[in-house]
Amino acid sequence: MPAVTRTVKIASSHGLHARPAKLFAEAAKNSGLPVTIAKGDGKPVNAASILGVISLGANSGDEVTLSVEGDGAEGVLDALVTQLETDTDAA
Amino acid sequence: MSELRGVGIGQGVAHGPIARMAARLEPPRDEKSTKTPDDEKAAVAEAVAAVAAELNARGERAGGAARDVLEAQAMMAEDPTLEEGVHARIDAGSTGEWAVHAAFAEFAETLQAMGGYLGERAADLADVAQRVIAHLRGVSAPGVPDPGHPFVLVAPDLAPADTVLLDLDKVLAVVTTEGGPTSHTAILAGDKGIVAVVGTGETDELVDGATVIVDAASGVVTVDPSDEQLAEAAERAAAREAAASAPVTPGALADGTPVPLLANLGNPDGAAEAVALGAEGVGLFRTEFLFLSSEEAPTVESQTASYTRLLEAFPGKKVVVRALDAGADKPLKFLTDAGEENPALGRRGLRALRHHEEVLRDQLTALANAEAATDADLWVMAPMVATVEEADYFTRIAREHGIKTAGVMIEVPSVALLADAVFEVTDFGSVGTNDLVQYTMAADRMLGSVSSYQDPWHPAVLRLIAEIGRAGTRRGKPVGICGQAAADPLLAVVLVGLGATTLSMSPPALVDVRAELKKHTLDDARRIAEAAVAASDAASARAAAQAAASA
Repeated sequence: MPAVTRTVKIASSHGLHARPAKLFAEAAKNSGLPVTIAKGDGKPVNAASILGVISLGANSGDEVTLSVEGDGAEGVLDALVTQLETDTDAA
Repeated sequence: MSELRGVGIGQGVAHGPIARMAARLEPPRDEKSTKTPDDEKAAVAEAVAAVAAELNARGERAGGAARDVLEAQAMMAEDPTLEEGVHARIDAGSTGEWAVHAAFAEFAETLQAMGGYLGERAADLADVAQRVIAHLRGVSAPGVPDPGHPFVLVAPDLAPADTVLLDLDKVLAVVTTEGGPTSHTAILAGDKGIVAVVGTGETDELVDGATVIVDAASGVVTVDPSDEQLAEAAERAAAREAAASAPVTPGALADGTPVPLLANLGNPDGAAEAVALGAEGVGLFRTEFLFLSSEEAPTVESQTASYTRLLEAFPGKKVVVRALDAGADKPLKFLTDAGEENPALGRRGLRALRHHEEVLRDQLTALANAEAATDADLWVMAPMVATVEEADYFTRIAREHGIKTAGVMIEVPSVALLADAVFEVTDFGSVGTNDLVQYTMAADRMLGSVSSYQDPWHPAVLRLIAEIGRAGTRRGKPVGICGQAAADPLLAVVLVGLGATTLSMSPPALVDVRAELKKHTLDDARRIAEAAVAASDAASARAAAQAAASA
């Protein structure tokens, strides 16, 4: 099954650090599917790894590419994209 | 009985039995495992799960922002990227302990190399690794002990995961053997009003159960004190508590000379707390926070709204606002020149504002709007003034925008020495002691290796302040102090003796300073100041002032 992929801009005002990174990695892990995230043209990392996500150093406004494989990949991708497009720091 | 010396945080005193934080673990050795890789992996998985569960449970208890930090640490413990690194090392024959140690350290290095916020997460990782290794060894993890009674916590230094859970009903005081006045522990102790002495060095006497007196005012830890010493400490602690709960009165000396006590604020949100602690106004409102993280200067409208919110909290009171102080340790994209080799000596403060005069004009317009909309008495001052001409420039441009009272920060020795001429062209001066010390002693205030020069008790600094005080008295112009120095109670008395007319400090310091001022008349203060100014170094100035104060 081919992976579904989408590129999205980080909305969180402090980038993908700390709380937003934790929430995102948690969501990726809980999806049960293999998810990767890459910043710009960089190397994709395991999105369920909070350290991988933090070490992208993705700031507010940076473009990241998500890729999900498996049954229900579209739905998982939609949910993760929505999360990245929401400013979780503002909560 | 014996005494240890460190840096005291605050003015408190406390006593009780020591409970030590478990020592840091010896790092594991890189040796061949005697177990199978599968056994090692299973042991690590079990340890990791236990550590993650414990961190989550701590997060649950702590709540709030601490919960996020601890839950993130729990996720790091179980991180799949680290797990891969650990498994690879175990497959190559390492022990589980070494694999955890090496894999975490490798990732911590990567984060450290990225610097900034990510660099700080490296410390979190090291803390997680310690906990996992402790679990593998079956020893207690480094952390805050729980002896079941109130105790004095003794530790090398405290990690954030430890400090968030400090139970203030149980922890009587904190002593750290490492760490300095700017360490995490010191900052936390200052914030929460914990009695603390930091950086005492390690000795054999700081053992579990030994009784100590922790005296933050003098920076001394007394081990196995006498009954008299204990009684005296208890009496001082009680007196301090009584002073703290006494009704808040305006700052004044024993003879009734008023010394208005004002607050240093960085955000209008701090105003309510400052008023509750008895601030009679604001002596330094730093406006930089409005501009931090913005690419461009905020609009006149948004600045007006912020300043109005601040002024509304102080009806009929004086509020001194400092114009934007950017540069050096607080660079702003739209103001600060890039690539200066010595930014503390560069185009910062008023120099930067003058170069971007539209930013200054917008700020003055917003301040004048806010004053018109409220009942506060607004004073505005310029940062980092070095010449009489600059003082004149700022006063004129401020008046042009409708500011009634305009003055200057005195942080550069040149302006202190020319205070007479400065007071001829401006309405008031406010001494920023941190920068005045930096420029008088030629010691970067951000640089740990020269921190021993950063002492506002230095007689060279006191003499400059005396010069400013004399000029203020001659010209009938107010002289405020708005640096860290004003928060040191005895130094506050010295500053008043040197001619300061108001003192401004972070609000938690107000109680102690108010109590100390009440003990001395203006004549006393002048005598104490004279003794300090006559000394030849900071330590003897402090000692001379102490002797004069108790004479």
